[in-house]
Amino acid sequence: MSPTATELRGVATVVRRDILTMLLEAGSGHPGGSLSATDIITALYWEVMNIRPDRPIWEERDRFVLSKAHAAPALYAALARRGYFDVRELMTFRKLKSKLQGFPDMHKTLGIDASVGSPGQGLSIANGLAIAAKRDEKSFRVYCLIGDGETQEGQIWEAAMTAAHHGLDNVCAIVDRNRMMGDGDTEKIAALAPLGDKWRTFNWHVIETDGHDMEQLLQAFAEAASVKGKPSLILARTVKGKGVPFMENSAEWHDRKVTEDLYEEAMQALS
Amino acid sequence: MAEMGLADIHHSAAKLEATSRGYERGLIELAERGFDIIVMDADLAGSSGTGEFRKRYPNRFMDIGLCEQNMIGTAAGLALAGKCVFVTTHGMLAAGKAWDIIRSTICYGTLNVNICGADAGLSAGAAGGSRQSLEDVAVMRTLTGMTVVVPADSMEAKKATIAASRLPGPVYLRLASARVPIVTTDLTPFTMGQAEVYRQGDDVSVLACGVVVYEAMKAARDLEDEGISVRVINCHTVKPLDRAMVSRVAVETGAIVTVEEGASIGGLGGACAEALAQVGRPVPMRIVGIEDRFGESGEHEELLQHFGLTSRGIASAIREVLAMKANGANGVRGETTTSG
Repeated sequence: MSPTATELRGVATVVRRDILTMLLEAGSGHPGGSLSATDIITALYWEVMNIRPDRPIWEERDRFVLSKAHAAPALYAALARRGYFDVRELMTFRKLKSKLQGFPDMHKTLGIDASVGSPGQGLSIANGLAIAAKRDEKSFRVYCLIGDGETQEGQIWEAAMTAAHHGLDNVCAIVDRNRMMGDGDTEKIAALAPLGDKWRTFNWHVIETDGHDMEQLLQAFAEAASVKGKPSLILARTVKGKGVPFMENSAEWHDRKVTEDLYEEAMQALS
Repeated sequence: MAEMGLADIHHSAAKLEATSRGYERGLIELAERGFDIIVMDADLAGSSGTGEFRKRYPNRFMDIGLCEQNMIGTAAGLALAGKCVFVTTHGMLAAGKAWDIIRSTICYGTLNVNICGADAGLSAGAAGGSRQSLEDVAVMRTLTGMTVVVPADSMEAKKATIAASRLPGPVYLRLASARVPIVTTDLTPFTMGQAEVYRQGDDVSVLACGVVVYEAMKAARDLEDEGISVRVINCHTVKPLDRAMVSRVAVETGAIVTVEEGASIGGLGGACAEALAQVGRPVPMRIVGIEDRFGESGEHEELLQHFGLTSRGIASAIREVLAMKANGANGVRGETTTSG
């Protein structure tokens, strides 16, 4: 493993621990999908994206749209650890008057590029940003993290067509393919497979990778950045609840309260 | 009328034009003046009023295809990057199909996306009830931070389009494709959020928006012969409502009638009723609109007639409300029938 990947794994553990603490404090929120997205978000914010945390609205920055907005804890923890705001703010998540709303609000939180909440909407927003970049001859890239269950939303595929039709090679979407949605296994509810083929058919450059292997993730992002004339889709195989054994691969942990006892157990697993 | 800068609608044959043409001229003027606007359409450029703009400014125009939700989401991204965007589609497809995207992405983000509901109201005419957007004003009005404007004619639509580009937040512009009389001129004042008195009168006030402002003017003129003095107010901005004007005319004339080419639930009439109930001065009131029913196929003019939205229907609502006023009714309706 390269030094960077090793370092990122350590950062991801810190982010996972923050997520658990936030969810314990808040008494609600979405553990499973936050933990499955953590390595992807860590790779983006520490290595892939061209950002300046001391200048959150720097015009040339790469943009990130968290279409799977329920993974907000992972994004907030990453932003705090990256220096956008004080780590202590994380303890206010989901509370009255907090800067950290249940789902990301760009007017309240420094570092959030787009307010999101309703499922299926992020990729269209990412496309709009990317079209503006091309119009203005700016070189920033736009990253959009989509939940796999979320790809059951029709708007995702409308947006998939738009990105391909306009050759938005400055768009990189990542599907967090943890195979578990709120009500259970995606394949039993509304089968997504073969998901990579669906995106290929929509004329995207598809890169399939292990969404928890930092080296593979970094390679996937590098490959995506090198593709010309087409948007890229990183199909990241992940594990819902990754890092906390009793949460792994469990739909039950999509949206469940973290109790004191279970918190201790989870933190031990993440030590 | 001339002193108010209105067109002479009673003495010469009124000129007819779709309000969407005014929208198009507004867009062209903005582009000519060098404003960095982007106009999007979802496969309706042929009819929605963006066709000429597309020809003249292909680089500022994007036909995204038949995907209204995605169009509005994409517009959100463009607005996040600093663009002023106008999106155009049928009223029903904007306010209905894309409502959640407008709410959760455009309004929640306070983005400068102006949504033009073309072919709204009964304009879809022959296409019938499923295509006629009667609920759009009501559902757009509930959105936080949304401005809702219903231009009376193409002149006003142009002014509203230019004004919308200057508001930092979202605007819903409700447009008609039916050719309707031009009531206003270049000189008629237009300020977003400010209702305008188009005709003075003391017995009753008619607050109208959209293409039925003309019908309200006609009704006022017709009733003049019966000795009824009708004040007519163009309430083009349904949200934010000009509450001061609504309260003032209600108190001064002691009775009001609202008129809109759409659902009588939750639109201009609902907004005025909410406002008046809360200033503690409710007056006898009638809401002329389409009451809890879908539209149906027919020519625009026939449909206005059918739903009681012409000067005749408005005049009968005025007589009803005056009877209530004379009987001392205090906003309580008796056995009178609905006019819608």
